[in-house]
Amino acid sequence: MEKVKKIRAGDVRTASRLIRHLEDGMSEARSTIKHIFPLTGKAHVIGITGSPGAGKSTLVDGLVECFRKREKTVGVLAVDPTSPFTGGAILGDRIRMQRHAEDPGVFVRSLATRGALGGLAKAVGDAIHVMDVMGMDMVIVETVGTGQQEVDIINHSHTVLVVLIPGMGDEIQAIKAGIMEIADLFVINKADREGSSKLRRELMAMLDMAPPTAFPGGWRPPIIRVENAFEPEGFGKSLEELTVTIEEHYQHLVKNDLLGSRVRRKAVVELNEAIRTCVLEPVLSRLVASGEMAGMVEKLLKKESDPYTLAEDIAGRFLKNCD
Amino acid sequence: MADKKLRIMVAKPGLDGHDRGARVLARCFRDAGFEVIYTGCHQTPEQIAAAAIQEDVDIVGLSCLSGAHRYLFPAVVTLLKDKGADDITVIGGGIIPDQDFKLMYDAGLKAIFTPGTTLDSIVEWINTNVQPRA
Repeated sequence: MEKVKKIRAGDVRTASRLIRHLEDGMSEARSTIKHIFPLTGKAHVIGITGSPGAGKSTLVDGLVECFRKREKTVGVLAVDPTSPFTGGAILGDRIRMQRHAEDPGVFVRSLATRGALGGLAKAVGDAIHVMDVMGMDMVIVETVGTGQQEVDIINHSHTVLVVLIPGMGDEIQAIKAGIMEIADLFVINKADREGSSKLRRELMAMLDMAPPTAFPGGWRPPIIRVENAFEPEGFGKSLEELTVTIEEHYQHLVKNDLLGSRVRRKAVVELNEAIRTCVLEPVLSRLVASGEMAGMVEKLLKKESDPYTLAEDIAGRFLKNCD
Repeated sequence: MADKKLRIMVAKPGLDGHDRGARVLARCFRDAGFEVIYTGCHQTPEQIAAAAIQEDVDIVGLSCLSGAHRYLFPAVVTLLKDKGADDITVIGGGIIPDQDFKLMYDAGLKAIFTPGTTLDSIVEWINTNVQPRA
């Protein structure tokens, strides 16, 4: 396939267009992925998540520089939220990374969530494959600014960074479930601000209390302090430390045979997504197009039926060999 | 379910830090349902062209208030063409004197919007003249 050949040769235009078609949910794009999928699995995928304004994009920019110094090629997928009202989006992560725009070893692509709730865009999984097959050594995925529950990033990354900043809450925040559990590395960003030592202590206490099963292969998430990005010397040093730790984590996964479990996790999620796309979505769009969906909503409003009866009806019509 | 979105990049080339207008436009495009990539101030034409291709945008909107549009706007069009991306529509706005309009259109810009233009009329122009590509 001509398109696949171009992507393997690193052609940005073709790759970006394919990502576009994946976002738009075009079926031709899915057939290209069929050819690409067997070639994937070489890149080290790093996920970066944290609250809005925590400094994720600036960190990504710094990491790109560190990886480029090591002569690694880097793909960046930066996700920002879609408006639930207009469907529009402002994709502004790139602002922090524009100094790499002309570097042929760096490919930055912004994606809008388009209704996905887990902190990523639906097309992210496939977009990672595209960058992987382009030959990117590292693929960095930056989530939307997250709260407590948007943990989809673990399904797509080998190494997850959770970025925190001082002053975001008391120690109860640190023992809650959700985002605090998914980190392979914690970054205390803007660590020159008041409260960073307290935050570090709280994180340490949280990690001290975790059961050993929380640290597969004995990897206890390190806590890296990153200081003021406007002071290049200290920032550069912190970023170097962060880069080394990310590399150590990947080595840890490889040495302890843990990479496989992460790859498996991604495979399960991708299969689930694909089934939803190929089974559920065609049914839904047919119901919408025929006006049947609107009719069923009316029935619900008048209490003439209930959601389960209607759904079971639909299952009976569309699915065969299904109890 | 195919759901095509128009992707637009709002960019400020050159040594001009006045981005209030660009930000207002970015917001207005968001409200019009577009996906807006905003790249911030002080961009070179090379950075803008590279980013437009990486982002696979349908249209690039350039904003310049400093007077350097005579060089900067055509440079972006030329670079896109050189990279085989002349299907990306380029429009511009800012302080553009009437006598420069011909130069801009000859260089390949498809529209110029100057102070006093309503936001609605810009969105309408885009909706009429640019389709999200298949």
